[in-house]
Amino acid sequence: MTKVVKVASGQGFWGDSLDAPRQQVEGGPVDYLMLDYLAEVTMSILQKQKERDPSMGYARDFVGAMESVLTAVTTRGVKVVANAGGVNPQGCADAILALADRTGTRGALRIGVVTGDDLLPRLDELLGAGHELRNMDTDEPLATIRDRVLSANAYIGSTPIVEALAQGANVVITGRSTDTALTMAPLRHEFGWGGDDWDRLAAGIVAGHILECGAQCSGGNCLHDWRDIPDLATVGYPIAEATADGSFTITKHPGTGGRVSVPSVTEQLVYEMGDPTAYITPDVIADFTSIRLEAAGENRVRVHGITGRAATPFLKVSIAYRAGWKAVGTLVYVWPDALEKAQLADRVLRERLDRLALRFDTILTEFVGASATHGALAGDGSQAPEIQLRIGVRGQDRAMVERFTRELAPLVLNGPPSVTGFAGGRPKVEEIVAYWPALVDKRAVTTAVTVRS
Amino acid sequence: MRVRLVDIAHARSGDKGDTANVGVIALRPEWYALLVRELTVDRVTAHFRGMIDGAVVRYELPNLHALNFLLHGALDGGGTLSLKTDAQGKVYSTALLRLVLDVPDDEAARLALPAAPAARGVA
Repeated sequence: MTKVVKVASGQGFWGDSLDAPRQQVEGGPVDYLMLDYLAEVTMSILQKQKERDPSMGYARDFVGAMESVLTAVTTRGVKVVANAGGVNPQGCADAILALADRTGTRGALRIGVVTGDDLLPRLDELLGAGHELRNMDTDEPLATIRDRVLSANAYIGSTPIVEALAQGANVVITGRSTDTALTMAPLRHEFGWGGDDWDRLAAGIVAGHILECGAQCSGGNCLHDWRDIPDLATVGYPIAEATADGSFTITKHPGTGGRVSVPSVTEQLVYEMGDPTAYITPDVIADFTSIRLEAAGENRVRVHGITGRAATPFLKVSIAYRAGWKAVGTLVYVWPDALEKAQLADRVLRERLDRLALRFDTILTEFVGASATHGALAGDGSQAPEIQLRIGVRGQDRAMVERFTRELAPLVLNGPPSVTGFAGGRPKVEEIVAYWPALVDKRAVTTAVTVRS
Repeated sequence: MRVRLVDIAHARSGDKGDTANVGVIALRPEWYALLVRELTVDRVTAHFRGMIDGAVVRYELPNLHALNFLLHGALDGGGTLSLKTDAQGKVYSTALLRLVLDVPDDEAARLALPAAPAARGVA
């Protein structure tokens, strides 16, 4: 019989459904549970947590997720692959081992820990060796913001995860692995795909891209036929059922809500896409124009035909740095002439900011309900029953941003009429942690795998 | 005949830094060629005038009956820098679907395109 490996997606970002991991291991047979916790800015948040407490710096939700699937892992052989380690994968493993001690399951856990992606401690060494880490968008060298860097992590690929699985790990914890590697690595391990088997590696990457946003491929956030997508309250998270030739079927557990269809999978394929002929990962460059989709029964979509080519000699590096302060506040203006009142309030507020000699890099006003997201395309908004005035500032001087937050509430009594919706209080001042994408020579990054039990 | 893009395609959008991407997918395979012909870079650039600072780039995915547009400079700096409600470009998708196409009547009939409702309308 043809070997089929089932990889289930149980988390699309840190903050996704707390119940999805357990539902994925209890709803039917699966071999692997893939949990993606990291977005571009997550690493810097975790770095700040680690600075306050050196035992922190990983996605703490993962401990609860592991607790909810522990029986499946220890008694049914389900394996977990997660990039929950953030900037402290060993600390994350400590927490899972502590959980194992509490539940008497330590003997049944082998935790593979992947490290080496964290470049923050090595940053000056790398810069000194001539790695400029130029911003991929602006071409500026990192030296211009070096003193403001909070975190720096290379996106690493599938190889160390495959090594951990080969060493018998049943839970693999990584730092900044690519989201797609979390799905591809188990397939590479199970089917023995070589590191230069480009078409199959690309297929694993495409499976990973479909799975990495959780239910966003199985009916969640799906525009196609959205009224008739059933039971989103119980939406089923996706599962890839893969075979050694690189083809796979996307499905979900029986009895769950949502829908897996060619349109739902297509929407996820184009999500966050750049050049479809060159989807670049550390392992392979996948060609999304080679993907073939076909309906293969109820809530089943077959995916095949995928091709890929050799990876580049670089790894992408995700760098986060301090970039000033911002605050955003809102007020709601109501009929009659809601939009005109909101527009007057905006002018009044801006004049006051000006009289206070506050200087910002940017002041942005949106009229939510009229033009906030679709601009002039949305029509004139003059007949809207209510309009939310949403005004934000950002700048380098925290005190000025702070003062801005004190200027909004007075408008309730000293600005235009028919205003409400200020119950949230003063806007909060937030530090901006900006994102600096760069490339680094692969040879400058060495990953390591330790298996702990 | 006037045809609303929202009646013949669906879409999803996302972000990479200060760039939004919009993948627009024909609701029927036979409508894809119409999208390729009508949704030119010039047309989409004009549609988003005033909303984005940078260039529009288009890619074709005939296998998915889809086009992928990159809208550079669409997100007020993007990510955590952005002050926009839609800082991650999640709804540029439906903004693009506001486009209305003019299609010759005989072609519209041959392709069984749905006509734009007169009262609902145009962007």
